[in-house]
Amino acid sequence: MTHPTPPSTRGALERREARLAWSLLLPTIAIVSLVIVLPLLAIFWISFKPVGLADLRPVAPVVRESLRERSGAMVIEYRVRNSSQQKEIVGMGFTDTLHDGVTLGALPEECAVDGGLLRCTFGDVEGGFNERIRIPVTLDGDSDTLEEIVEGSAPSGYGTGDNILTNSEFTLDNFARIFDGDEFWSVLWATTFYTVFGTIGALVVGLFAALLLNKSFRGKGVLRGLYLFPYVSPIIAVAFTWVTLLDPFSGSLNALLIQMGVTDSPINFFGQRPLALIMVTVFEIWRYFPLSFLFILARMQSIDTDMYEAADMDGASPFQKFWYLSLPMLLGILSVLFLLRFIWTFNKFDDIFLLTGGNAGTRTLTVNVYEQAFAISNIGAGAAVAVVIFATLLLFSFFFFKYISQEEGL
Amino acid sequence: MSMLRQGAVTGGLIGLFWAFIIAITVSVTLSFASGLGFRPGSLGCLVLGLGGGLAAVYLRDARMLAGGVILLSVVLMFTPLSPILFGEGVPVFWQVMAALSFGLFMIWPLNIMLVEAHPGAMSRHAFEDAVIRFLTGFGYIVFTAVVLIPFYVMVMTSLKSQQALLRNPLDFSIELSRGWDLFRSYAELFGQFNFGSYLWTSFYVSVLTVLITLLFSVPGAYAVARLRFRGRAAFSRSILLIYMVPMIVLALPIYIAFSMTGLRNTIPGLLMIYPVTTIPVALYMLQGYFRGLPGEVEEAGLMDGLSRLQVIWKITLPLSLPAMVSVSLYVFMIAWNEFLLAFMLLDDPSKFTLTRGVAMLNSSEIPRQHLMAGAVIATLPIMALFLGLERFMTKGLTAGSVKG
Repeated sequence: MTHPTPPSTRGALERREARLAWSLLLPTIAIVSLVIVLPLLAIFWISFKPVGLADLRPVAPVVRESLRERSGAMVIEYRVRNSSQQKEIVGMGFTDTLHDGVTLGALPEECAVDGGLLRCTFGDVEGGFNERIRIPVTLDGDSDTLEEIVEGSAPSGYGTGDNILTNSEFTLDNFARIFDGDEFWSVLWATTFYTVFGTIGALVVGLFAALLLNKSFRGKGVLRGLYLFPYVSPIIAVAFTWVTLLDPFSGSLNALLIQMGVTDSPINFFGQRPLALIMVTVFEIWRYFPLSFLFILARMQSIDTDMYEAADMDGASPFQKFWYLSLPMLLGILSVLFLLRFIWTFNKFDDIFLLTGGNAGTRTLTVNVYEQAFAISNIGAGAAVAVVIFATLLLFSFFFFKYISQEEGL
Repeated sequence: MSMLRQGAVTGGLIGLFWAFIIAITVSVTLSFASGLGFRPGSLGCLVLGLGGGLAAVYLRDARMLAGGVILLSVVLMFTPLSPILFGEGVPVFWQVMAALSFGLFMIWPLNIMLVEAHPGAMSRHAFEDAVIRFLTGFGYIVFTAVVLIPFYVMVMTSLKSQQALLRNPLDFSIELSRGWDLFRSYAELFGQFNFGSYLWTSFYVSVLTVLITLLFSVPGAYAVARLRFRGRAAFSRSILLIYMVPMIVLALPIYIAFSMTGLRNTIPGLLMIYPVTTIPVALYMLQGYFRGLPGEVEEAGLMDGLSRLQVIWKITLPLSLPAMVSVSLYVFMIAWNEFLLAFMLLDDPSKFTLTRGVAMLNSSEIPRQHLMAGAVIATLPIMALFLGLERFMTKGLTAGSVKG
């Protein structure tokens, strides 16, 4: 008698299910690779390229056409130039459609007519190339309408310029530049301070807020909604409000502090060195404590109350109950939140950018990407910073997956 | 430790701390409300706090105590021992208001905090209860103030005139005599700065983002939740991995690509990127919910001859309507609040989203109240949505907040 055994190969049904699954996932995978994976690869490529903001405009021929009268005769004039002052264009030329009613006269040597199409070629031209081509024409009809028709159809230029993004020129300058000297250490310090204290602060404040609301009373729903305000509102609104509130000249907080006699002269909260970094961290805590608060509160409310009753019977004091019962129960969610918030605080860009613009010692790695790429116009260096960020994140996510997969539900 | 647990010491200390907290709170509140000068007086707080705390421990008649403290704070107001000190030109009405509210908010909660306190050594339980009640009161005040003050300042600043703001930055009282002129900043934003069009752009960009996100993430989430295929676990993990890629890293190559292809400064360009930033979150949230649905219903549908797609459409989606609402709200919020991409990719004022429009107002030539009015316009719709549908919103926040 043979025993029934599970099938060793995949059956037709199983294969069909897998096929369906992949076809359902395909659109997502496609769009995500297009918008996330492709840029990620691009950033590695760019980080080794000596490319500035100005190089983004590709080198191309620029052709303008006009129909005008010149010493009694009508001419079509083409102004042709190389858009770049330095780089050459290979095989440059342009084509233009001819119109009824316009008959071309003697053609210059660069140009030829081919079946209703005017084609002028210039070969390889240097940077700064600029030339006028004049072709005498005879008009058959009203010159004004013909002018409109002729100038209405733009000639199309062609020719390939050397593109810094696609050629084979590589450099390590970008990395050398960003790792160079004191600036890198100051950026690293700001990032570390902001990330570590922002994360821990938001967690502790969130825990405190959750403890406050972990009981039922009237108005609890209102308070819970209120405490979520900072997280729900647009970053741009709250960041500018803080800037307005803490402004050294017209800010209400400074006026208040002076009036209460705390300080004699206004404090420039976002403009002086150690204070600015502390303030952006405080802002981060203010904005993101609601998130940890929400999570911790949800976990607290799912803790079994029997345990607390037993502890009451044994005569445990409130602090003992918190320390020996609640906290161990919350440890799981706290560690998950810590890891997540840590990574997300590390990634944060908008907040600091809007509050200080990365000045006064608040330039974190993410702000540095923008600073290098757009303020200093060095796209390559910005990309190099982005690569550093990405590498650090890979390290984080390794820890993340190692520890977080033990947590149920996340 | 046992020293601290003496009823007199506990009562005195808590009374002292509480008096200072209330004095600061009352001063700040009244300053912000009236623009006049109020500040806490240390000596008065010391006397009233210590006295009130001790009295609450020794004197058990709550009504007498409350009356006494309130009366005392009003009387002390005219001496240097006042718990609240006044700047020049504060009318007597405000002075009495300050003293009354100080007395009331100081003694009433203090009585509750010290309800278990008694003279002599207190039990650890009673002591810790008193401390926890004190911390709770402190927590409510601090959290509410810290959350409310920025929003209060935002709204009130937007209603002020430039001169009034420069004259006294503390004065947030509304000059009702100005009538409709109060909303001048708003009128100018909608009239001269084209905010109506930004509002509309933000709205339809957010709605389209929600729709595209759902279109992609519902089938994906269903596949991950229900269907068995090789690489399922790896796939769920890589979804999480995508959360961790910061936008600024992607923004740079996207900026380059869009500059070269002419997609920069276009709304379709924005609509290509926004959903992709939200699809992973939505997929993650939805697959969690789909897993929780009973599989038997779907199997029954399959047995009755529905195809998988029909099962999704006719069974899974109707069952997961609450989750869809949560996800939609969450995605809408992300798209509405998005700043970085709009800031980098849009330069043409006729195509701005609301956040980009508000960013434009942050210049030294445009008065502050316009900036704050813009902030209010950006905040109000999302707040209305949040307060109206808080239940769904909170669910969405909890499920999706792996994204920051």
